[in-house]
Amino acid sequence: MTDFNRHPSSYHHWQLQIDGDIAHLRMNVDPAHPFRPGYELKLNSYDLGVDMELADAIQRLRFEHPEVKVVVLGSAQERAFCAGANIWMLAESSHPFKVNFCKYTNETRLSLEDASQHSGLKSICAVNAACAGGGYELALACDEIHLVDDNNSAVSLPEVPLLGVLPGTGGLTRLVDKRKVRRDRADVFCTMAEGVRGKKAVAWGLVDATWKKSQFAEKVTARARELAAALPTRAPRGVTLPPIHFRRDGDTYAWTHVRLQVEPAARRATLTVHGPVGEQPRDGAGYAAVGASAWALQCWRELDDALLQLRFDHEEVGLIVLQTRGDRQALLQVERDLAANRSHWLCNEILLQMARTLRRFDLMARSSYALVDADACCAGAFLELTLACDRIYALDSDRVQMAIGPLSQGLLPMSHGLSRLQNRFLARPEHAARLAAEMPTSTGAEIDEQGLCTYLLDPVDWDDDVRIALEERVSLSPDALTGMEASLRFGGVENCDSKIFGRLSAWQNWIFTRPNATGDEGALTRYGAPESAKFDWRRT
Amino acid sequence: MSTVDLEAKIPNNVGLRDNKRLMMALEKWQPKFLDWWTKLGPTDFNQDQVYLRTAIGVGQGGWAHFDYVKMPDYRWGIFLADGPADRKIHFGDQLGEKAWQEVPGEFRNRLRRLIVTQGDTEPASVEQQRMLGHCCPSLYDLRSLFQVNVEEGRHLWAMVYLLQTYFGADGRDEAEAMLERHSGDQDNPRILQAFNYPVTNWLDFFCFTTFMDRDGKYQLASLAESSFDPLARTTQFMLAEEAYHLQTGENGVGRIIKRTGEILAAGKDPRAVGAIPLDIVQKYINFWFTGSMDLFGGEDSTNAAEAFAMGLKGRYRESDGIYKDPKALSASYSLEVPTEEGKIEKRDIPLRRAMNAVLLDAYIADCKRIVERWNRDLEKAGVQQRVYLPDHKFNRHQGVYAGYRFAPDGKLIDEATWTHEHTNWLPTQADRDYVQSCMVRVVEPGKFANYIAPPAQGVNDKPIDFEYVLFH
Repeated sequence: MTDFNRHPSSYHHWQLQIDGDIAHLRMNVDPAHPFRPGYELKLNSYDLGVDMELADAIQRLRFEHPEVKVVVLGSAQERAFCAGANIWMLAESSHPFKVNFCKYTNETRLSLEDASQHSGLKSICAVNAACAGGGYELALACDEIHLVDDNNSAVSLPEVPLLGVLPGTGGLTRLVDKRKVRRDRADVFCTMAEGVRGKKAVAWGLVDATWKKSQFAEKVTARARELAAALPTRAPRGVTLPPIHFRRDGDTYAWTHVRLQVEPAARRATLTVHGPVGEQPRDGAGYAAVGASAWALQCWRELDDALLQLRFDHEEVGLIVLQTRGDRQALLQVERDLAANRSHWLCNEILLQMARTLRRFDLMARSSYALVDADACCAGAFLELTLACDRIYALDSDRVQMAIGPLSQGLLPMSHGLSRLQNRFLARPEHAARLAAEMPTSTGAEIDEQGLCTYLLDPVDWDDDVRIALEERVSLSPDALTGMEASLRFGGVENCDSKIFGRLSAWQNWIFTRPNATGDEGALTRYGAPESAKFDWRRT
Repeated sequence: MSTVDLEAKIPNNVGLRDNKRLMMALEKWQPKFLDWWTKLGPTDFNQDQVYLRTAIGVGQGGWAHFDYVKMPDYRWGIFLADGPADRKIHFGDQLGEKAWQEVPGEFRNRLRRLIVTQGDTEPASVEQQRMLGHCCPSLYDLRSLFQVNVEEGRHLWAMVYLLQTYFGADGRDEAEAMLERHSGDQDNPRILQAFNYPVTNWLDFFCFTTFMDRDGKYQLASLAESSFDPLARTTQFMLAEEAYHLQTGENGVGRIIKRTGEILAAGKDPRAVGAIPLDIVQKYINFWFTGSMDLFGGEDSTNAAEAFAMGLKGRYRESDGIYKDPKALSASYSLEVPTEEGKIEKRDIPLRRAMNAVLLDAYIADCKRIVERWNRDLEKAGVQQRVYLPDHKFNRHQGVYAGYRFAPDGKLIDEATWTHEHTNWLPTQADRDYVQSCMVRVVEPGKFANYIAPPAQGVNDKPIDFEYVLFH
């Protein structure tokens, strides 16, 4: 198991300092504290452990420090802003770990962008020294990039020329899609290991401003103040995020509202989520009073943790079997209250957290089947979770109901921007719109008629058909399934986020397994080794 | 300056007259260089006539032409050492292939970076030393300072020549940037931090030329092996001049030690007569020697491995065939590494990754020889005290020992011991103030400040009391 809990009081790699409505988050990676032994984290290079702290800091800024309007991301090291992902760590890691590491770091950066777009928490990247690879990709995730102009410090994406891999944490995509750097300049930039500095970096749109070293801190702070002054205050104080704990009994993980039962031999895991029990807050003030123990926050934080456990610690689980449990009406009431109080900062944050967890689920490189049986609580956000699955098996029974809730109108968007209903009914957008507007509750045959299940199974067939479906799925090639699912899950339009997880990650993951990168003579393998890389020159 | 003037003004063996592109680049750059020299060089001495050596050719005697010259009129030249026309690469992955006469595209950026980093140190040291002339211990030493300064200027020219000839528009931009960065300028500092501290007293200067310039020698020596032939030949010629700078430093510190030895032998307190006690000299040796080691880069370095593999930087005297395996693939290097438990253990790393350490070892051996020479003067004077070279792990800010505390004898110590003892090992402000107080200006020919012994002989067979500098 991996403990994803972090707290600023015990960070090894970051310093979080709150100064009124501005937060300073400074990277100061301790070389002697790698996530796994075997490499040193030199020059503010990062690994999973460093990124867990970053993810934690962003979460805390969102929930615990709503008084903060601007976060300045910087470095506490004079010689390096950030050298990117640690190359030794990458070279030593298994392919699945590398892919999951990249996905996690991508999600962390998206959370920063999500906070800017939806929480009113803006970010400035203060690049005080060399900023390479993943370091620049982190900068790209911020709203503004300020670079010190000391005739030396450059921003760079040296992955292609130095390592024979891609800047896989959104770098290539954000360069052209977010910052809209001209494609030929981007081409030059991405093949020039030493990068671009000073005025040229501004002229090319790689950074927003450069400042002389003596003025740097002052100018960045002034800009942060200026930005903060133009933003509304979210709230004077936040709610505390306690650590997320589970009990583990053999292959079963039990959180308060989430349960994960792994069956290693069957290569599948049953993920069960439970709806709210007991009284829940009705408005923003109520949520602020109850804090992180409210079901709407705790359940989704737990689910988030469960998904991470699956990703990092159960690589061979190929199929997630989703079960929902609980009281549909109680769940829908919580959602109606959250939707009605969206203007309250905490209700907004909770909805955004739900949306992020759902996107994390969409992005699992595992097959997912939802089982909607008589005990299912298939309503609202749990219905969304069901719709996020590759297939939905519903029991044909009067006791089985599927209820669309108020959040399905677009409050829980997928990473390419569509609601799950829109994504499901690409051929019938009016049907998706009607379901979202009318929020029907469907039973039995209606479920099938509305297109909300893949199979509506007669009770006499249920056990057998479900068993066969699960067994069949896990027998197929895991690679082919991952590629197939990633292609089928996200229909319609693309955006920056979906390109990062689709186009960029897919190419990167292909390159990661190619001899030119990770073969015995590949560039990543040989980086820093005595001999230079040797390439197979054939282009595909 | 017209093209004709320029050609006459710049002694060279690189066919400047026929190289239109270089000529055009230099026409733009040369006035900027002069402007830099007059503003940030030894500004207050630009009107004085200095008895300087100028290189006008690479042959016997050609590189040492002596005359009085005002420094801004110095003829900074461009020279490549002679070399065989069909030289083969003698180390690294491309062993046995033809040396490159043009920059290979795949190494272009890396080579440019190497040349810029090296080039940046040359004008930096001139800037660091610009005020030193005001407190010279003698005319002889003042001349030495200026000789070093103009030659560092020429070394900048040598690097600019490479940038402008082989690196296109980027190279021209880099050549200008080297005049725009300034030592100690907070906004636009020199690239290597050690070149941003002012050198304000002559003990610093002599230590600088002993240790920092000797680092320069070893960096140049590794570039002199380069598969990029113009770089190899340029740096080979620079090494001849660099040797003079090392002599200046080695003799300078040696003469200070010798003088202190004489005073001690006479039973006097050096402090009473404006000389520098040996314990202070030792602290300066400790400071500069350790600082110079930081310039070699990490002992375990992937950068160094790549530069070797690519054939950009070789080992010291690689071409003399003194290393068994010119590919350096089979052997490993045993590196002392501090462990978490507070111990030192030996760790084997692939030899290529240890190229900086290999170069550093050669450098340290060289420094040991110098310290022995200094001690011989003390022995001759009949003084018991000796100076020594601290351990290579002491006071390091780069490489594997950075972040740990070591005593000068190489013992790993804790922070408390360091806090308590470091003022006994490194110059304190009081030490610096005292050394500064010794810096009296002596400009009468043949006379020397009391903290430094006269040299054994003058320059270019001139007597010691020769008027090496004619003030205007």
